[in-house]
Amino acid sequence: MSAITLSPVERPDDAEGRIGLRANLRHIGALARRNLMQIKADPESMFDALLMPIIFTLLFVYVFGGAVSGSQHEYIQYMIPGLMAMMGMNIAMSVGSGINSDFKTGVMDRFRTMPIARSSVLVAKVVVEMGRMMVATTILLAMAFVLGLDVRTTPLHLLAAVALALAFGASLVWTSMLLGLAVNSPQAVQGIGMLVLMPLQFGSSIFAPTSTMPGWLESFTKINPLSNLADACRNLVNGGPVAHSVWITLAWSIGITAVTAPLAVMRFRKKT
Amino acid sequence: MAMNRIADTTNAVEVHGVVKHYGETKALDGVDLAVPQGTVMGVLGPNGAGKTTLVRVLSTLIRPDAGSAFVAGYDVLRQPRQLRRVIGLTGQYASVDEALSGRENLYMIGRLLDLSRRAARLRADELLERFSLTEAAGRAAKGYSGGMRRRLDLAASMIGAPRVLYLDEPTTGLDPRTRNEVWDEVQRMVGDGTTVLLTTQYMEEAENLAESVTVIDRGRVIAGGSIAELKAKVGGRTLHVRPVVVAELPSMAQALDEYGVHGATADQAAGLLSVPIADDGQLTSVVRALGAGGFGIAHMDTHLPSLDEVFLAVTGQRAGGTDPTDPTDPADPTDPAGTKIEEFAA
Repeated sequence: MSAITLSPVERPDDAEGRIGLRANLRHIGALARRNLMQIKADPESMFDALLMPIIFTLLFVYVFGGAVSGSQHEYIQYMIPGLMAMMGMNIAMSVGSGINSDFKTGVMDRFRTMPIARSSVLVAKVVVEMGRMMVATTILLAMAFVLGLDVRTTPLHLLAAVALALAFGASLVWTSMLLGLAVNSPQAVQGIGMLVLMPLQFGSSIFAPTSTMPGWLESFTKINPLSNLADACRNLVNGGPVAHSVWITLAWSIGITAVTAPLAVMRFRKKT
Repeated sequence: MAMNRIADTTNAVEVHGVVKHYGETKALDGVDLAVPQGTVMGVLGPNGAGKTTLVRVLSTLIRPDAGSAFVAGYDVLRQPRQLRRVIGLTGQYASVDEALSGRENLYMIGRLLDLSRRAARLRADELLERFSLTEAAGRAAKGYSGGMRRRLDLAASMIGAPRVLYLDEPTTGLDPRTRNEVWDEVQRMVGDGTTVLLTTQYMEEAENLAESVTVIDRGRVIAGGSIAELKAKVGGRTLHVRPVVVAELPSMAQALDEYGVHGATADQAAGLLSVPIADDGQLTSVVRALGAGGFGIAHMDTHLPSLDEVFLAVTGQRAGGTDPTDPTDPADPTDPAGTKIEEFAA
């Protein structure tokens, strides 16, 4: 080791130990930067955001398009807004298993022994996941425009649909993190995640109109928040009444976040 | 520094009757400990003794069920935020982000400790140089060797110039050369005025780094004091002699006894003669005595007491003073320390 002398460290000292808003934002920034660099070090972790929108769009449009809507073009108008609703859920899936593996290393212990707000590690994750959702949604829309998606309202309506999907996606990121912090292994996170994901996605109005489904399933799709989100996005793109489904979706997003975010932070504090 | 800190506390770490139970397991069962400022305290114990639990309590990772603990005058229960500003922790498993480069790891921690961008960069580079990591600074930490990772981990703990540093088995799993590097670095930190609480399974490590030791077992302190005091209890070094002809072991022990070197024990199964050594002169006497008797020596070396031997000595000594009816008492003389350590490891 070399005999280098260290310069003195100047750190703002707060007798109360409270963390101010600016410091908190700086911490979240530093942690989000870490998450971005993890993606850079492992580009394959972006496959879900980059490839899923392309594969899903091609698959569903050409497999189901003719059968469900009679024409591919009509089905694009129907399904693409639904896929926008689904992107958040698929992206959020991976964050839970990611945070679970993070705990297998000692780095979370280091964060938890540092003078930072314990929520900042999780908030930084949400920030980066939102970024990944935006990438996935951009690719989805680009793909959809190539296949002939027609925004029958205004670009502003389209943006509103994207923003709504992101808000709901953020609430799912919190849920996924809570799951990741509550179970033991990353594999369990994925297993449970799939179990929840499949019925919610297919038991909704995302892929097919619900009118042909048996009564019990149709009732389920009505309370499924993904149906509401898909309906809201669909009408924001194609025109039609949106107020009801938008409000319901916002209420779900806020409700889910209000429950799962504090629980996730609490689990983060206590997880051993 | 902060105003509400107890101004002239002489102990950097104070632990009073700390208890932490996990169901039936008593990880900590009423631990008392005091570490004077600027010193190194070695916490010695086998796997499962409660060392890591103690470190986790002192670094606010877990809350004790009972008792109190103060670090730099801050209460672990009531002032965790202030406490986190003055501690550094290096665990058994390197707590660095493997996907990030060494430099990025240190920069991130500097930013989390509220250093400006410039100061964080400067501090990272200084520490990389000090820990001989400058060449590898740009590479992802997952490509580092075990020793490099541990050094990066130590560097990360040093970013905020902590007043109290916890080292939880800092050299477990390291090769001897790397272990020496870590020791050198710890000694320099102490030279800079940092108080260190070191947990270890190795008597040798405690002897190299610590002024005082606390021996814990099953969540309880079973001995404590300076290294010299502990050694006085445990005994000094042991000379192991491996003869060419194992059958000669008993006659070798007898020859030593006649020469004035007492207490040698012959272990036929291991093919070893163990001789307690009080001073260096005795080494010469052993060689002379064995040479005069014409015994062939294949190998000989000296050993510090192992943790097993420390335990045997410490628990054996306490046996008279404790309740013999308590089956969980760690000082139970009928339970050889060696098997106890096996149990813990399992």
